[in-house]
Amino acid sequence: MSELAGAIRKAAAQYPDSRSAVLPALRLAQEEHGGWLPTEALREVGDTLGLTPAYCEAVASFYDMFHLEPVGKHAIEVCTNLSCALVGAQQVLEAFQDELGIRPGETTEDGEFTLRAIECAGGCGKAVVVSVDERYREPVRPEDVPAIVKELRGGD
Amino acid sequence: MGIDEITLAHADERDLTKLAEYEAIGGYKALEKARKLMPEKIVEELLTSNLRGRGGAGFPMGRKASFLAKGTGKPTYLCVNADESEPGTFKDREIMLRNPHRLIEGCLITAHGIESQHVFIYLRGEYLDVFEVLRGALEQARKAKLLDDVTIVLHRGAGAYICGEESALLESLEGRRGQPRPRPPFPAVSGLYGSPTLINNVQTVATVPTIIDKGGEWYAKVGPEQSPGTVVFSLSGNVVNPGNYELELGTPLRELVYEIGGGIPDERELKAIIPGGSSTTVMTPAQLDTNLDFNSVAEAGSQLGAAAVIVIDDRACMVQLALRSSQFYMHESCGKCTPCREGTRWMVLLLQKLEEGRAEQHELDLLLSVCDRMLGKCLCALGDFAAGPVVEYATAFRQEFQRHIDEGGCPFGGESSLEGIFAPVDQHTHHPLEEVTA
Repeated sequence: MSELAGAIRKAAAQYPDSRSAVLPALRLAQEEHGGWLPTEALREVGDTLGLTPAYCEAVASFYDMFHLEPVGKHAIEVCTNLSCALVGAQQVLEAFQDELGIRPGETTEDGEFTLRAIECAGGCGKAVVVSVDERYREPVRPEDVPAIVKELRGGD
Repeated sequence: MGIDEITLAHADERDLTKLAEYEAIGGYKALEKARKLMPEKIVEELLTSNLRGRGGAGFPMGRKASFLAKGTGKPTYLCVNADESEPGTFKDREIMLRNPHRLIEGCLITAHGIESQHVFIYLRGEYLDVFEVLRGALEQARKAKLLDDVTIVLHRGAGAYICGEESALLESLEGRRGQPRPRPPFPAVSGLYGSPTLINNVQTVATVPTIIDKGGEWYAKVGPEQSPGTVVFSLSGNVVNPGNYELELGTPLRELVYEIGGGIPDERELKAIIPGGSSTTVMTPAQLDTNLDFNSVAEAGSQLGAAAVIVIDDRACMVQLALRSSQFYMHESCGKCTPCREGTRWMVLLLQKLEEGRAEQHELDLLLSVCDRMLGKCLCALGDFAAGPVVEYATAFRQEFQRHIDEGGCPFGGESSLEGIFAPVDQHTHHPLEEVTA
């Protein structure tokens, strides 16, 4: 049994029905596969939980945090919902676009960064919220953007 | 402000993520007391307290618990809704980050009250920091043998607003796409794995220890009679001091925005207030003297919802605001029922045309007609959440909407604070809006 299958089985043991472990399993598989879910990952999740790869894909495609296409090494996600929008989210998003040379939803050619706009992240009291590799930076102003990108580039 | 914070417990003064610190302020004493009581007595206290659900609907927790089917031969489940995603809401995150043991204690007392051994906390997937704090707190509680025969499973979501809807939450927890179920049957009869299930919001469950400690009668006397207790107001938007403030229900809106929130920055004028998250009906400065409790806000024509107060100043174009809100609901619509799936799409299309000055007069009427065809006609509340506020934006700010048609463009001329705001739904190529023609 692979390490991934072992971790999935351990997660599944927490539930009366192993199907309940599909989200934790997809998360584990995504971590294992560099931040996205290739067919092979869906198959591994399906085989371990007794589900078809198509079922796993149907579930994965429903949730924003699962990615069915390759992503960059770092994920930069800018909240553009109302509370952040009212205090300058668009300017922060544009600062990242300028710094990285990509539009929201795209990945840099060197595979380092994926930039996304996201819906309300639950940090409205310290807007604008930016999630960098699943860790919130709050608040972020446009002038903070170059330093964030530099820090991530230097962290190799 | 001198108020005794029930759920935040003045956690800024000590590190309540540590079990010893939590016990030092009387933590887990209510659990000890509760376990000596008969389960019915717990539910009785909840009924007496009139604690109303803090997730948005305001339904009394004690009544919900009393609906649970008995003698089914199946286990009873407790699910904590920690999928906080309503735009403008960030209270549960702070409660869990700063006072995780209060939630755990609330889970254990509630589990005893409903005779359940199985608790699931459905935690919003993006809340990685909260997951780590809760996992640590649970480990401490487990080592201290506080869990007894109860298991608490921390289940992380994966990014879907709709999973905060209770039946979608159950679907997701069962390993499916998070699409709401038709009701009846209600979760109290057939919920998780077809078993009787109680679902309550984080703040609601985190209030239970105080009710057991001080008694339902005591709690019922805090704040207004019909909406007792405290609530954590999430204040955000164009306000000097945004943040979470735990206050008695019934605090006047004016006090929250101007005294606690410090008013509007940059010497701007207040234009509008969204009182309970983006799914609630917008209020105007004329309504500033409304008391923030379930009944008073309802009498004012809006909803307290999750007490997420978004302050909007006069720089914002209300058509852009309505559009950005609709883009959110279009993105989050699960696609299961037609009025919501298609309606949110039409709303976005029409609001885009309006904002760009391409809409004709009849299309403003069409927008309201689309909303009307959604209200009360969808499988779950998401359709109402999308359409209800837009009707009010277009009614309370009718002139501003009309000017977009009369002047053939946005009267703000590119100067609105929301100008050009990018919505995540536009990242998805499988939503080709331009193919729809009105």
